[in-house]
Amino acid sequence: MKITVDEERCCGAGQCVLIAPEAFDQREEDGIVVLLDAEPAEGHHTAVREAASVCPATAIQLSESPD
Amino acid sequence: MTTSPVADDASAEIPAFPQPRAAVCPFDPSPELRGLASWGPLTRVRSWNDSTPWAVTGHAEQRTLLSDPRLSADFSHPGFPSPVPHTGGERPSTDLSFVGMDDPEHARLRRMVSGAFTIKRVEAMRPVVQEMVDDFITRMLAGPKPADLVQALALPLPSLVISELLGVPYEDHEFFQTNSKVLVSAVATPEERAAAHTNLYGYLDQLVGEKLARPGDDLLSGLAQQITAGELTRREAAAMGVLLLLGGHETTANMITMGTLLLLQHPEQLARVREADDPKVIVSAVEELLRYLSVVHLGRRRTALEDIEIAGRTIRAGEGVILLGELANRDPAVFPDPDRLDIGRDARHHQAFGVGTHHCLGQPLARMELQVVYPTLFRRVPTLRMAADVADIPFKYDAVIYGVYELPVTW
Repeated sequence: MKITVDEERCCGAGQCVLIAPEAFDQREEDGIVVLLDAEPAEGHHTAVREAASVCPATAIQLSESPD
Repeated sequence: MTTSPVADDASAEIPAFPQPRAAVCPFDPSPELRGLASWGPLTRVRSWNDSTPWAVTGHAEQRTLLSDPRLSADFSHPGFPSPVPHTGGERPSTDLSFVGMDDPEHARLRRMVSGAFTIKRVEAMRPVVQEMVDDFITRMLAGPKPADLVQALALPLPSLVISELLGVPYEDHEFFQTNSKVLVSAVATPEERAAAHTNLYGYLDQLVGEKLARPGDDLLSGLAQQITAGELTRREAAAMGVLLLLGGHETTANMITMGTLLLLQHPEQLARVREADDPKVIVSAVEELLRYLSVVHLGRRRTALEDIEIAGRTIRAGEGVILLGELANRDPAVFPDPDRLDIGRDARHHQAFGVGTHHCLGQPLARMELQVVYPTLFRRVPTLRMAADVADIPFKYDAVIYGVYELPVTW
């Protein structure tokens, strides 16, 4: 799994931080997403997928390798 | 309605919008509104001024459209489907700061204040909010029975929280609560709303002036610093202050009363909230209440800047679009058995706070306040009950934010 985030789209809601704190954080000054881990371990994949689908700004894109 | 759902828009009898809620089910969207969904995920409605904007009812379509930069939130646009009559052309889109702007201008202003609403900053406020809630409940319990929950807790709590965050003196609360109420009323005249806005704007402008002279550790002082740095005009700062003060009032207050009222109708689910040891139970309950109640009703409004193809229809450039979050939140494709309140369901995909770049800035704060309020209220007042029949409760059928004017409770 590879995560990309779109800082322009991000509205700083922080839902990803609550759901998958291993992969996402927020910038202190404006709350915009900080990607901590673009290729998270498999154990975090479910949470990351949930974060992407809940993201109110549709700012999280995932590409999943077929392996 | 006699026309078939597949009839051509030009010849179809276009339903009027909005329609009042049915008094027998005050927690549900009006039957007429729900009927719109049977016409497909988007259909035309007739507005108060005889314009016929699109109404979008589907969850997926609303998520797609609200994420699309070809829809503008600028309410000075001639095609903008205003929810209430206004003094045409005299309502500048800067009135409510970035709410009425598009990116990149919207993002420039919003990101000057969004740092105050990160998960970390809001979590740091939780103990303070807990103390405030406890104080309001203590005072209510020491006072006469029955009490009005609106005045005892629901309105003063978010009002105090946002005042402290902004650096607005809470002793002025009667002034800003009264004016906020007029601004979100759908029955106030355009002149009354304009006067309320002028009052709040003047008040915030004066406060910004004071923060420029004597900055403190609050959000308005942060804006004052941006003025000094040449990043922001005083006018922009005052308008943002109005928006944040207003946004911090009616929405959360109505969720507190409506959520309490709804849980009192569902005692078994109320008991689960009261007895929960796991904070996740409360988090989940709050999401379900947000979904079910959708207090920001009457739709989110946009104007198409270009032609947009969606769900087999074409929204033409210049046409108004009304996105009905309360129907998205009852979409059975996303929420099975959507009219059943179930605090254990996964309701996180609700659109109570909107979608896209205008997603509610204050939502982490609102969520946290609600997560503190409900369990605290039901634990501290285990015998809490209504002191009136639901049929006698004055619901805000006439306000753009739905709720109750009064909630008599006893214990």
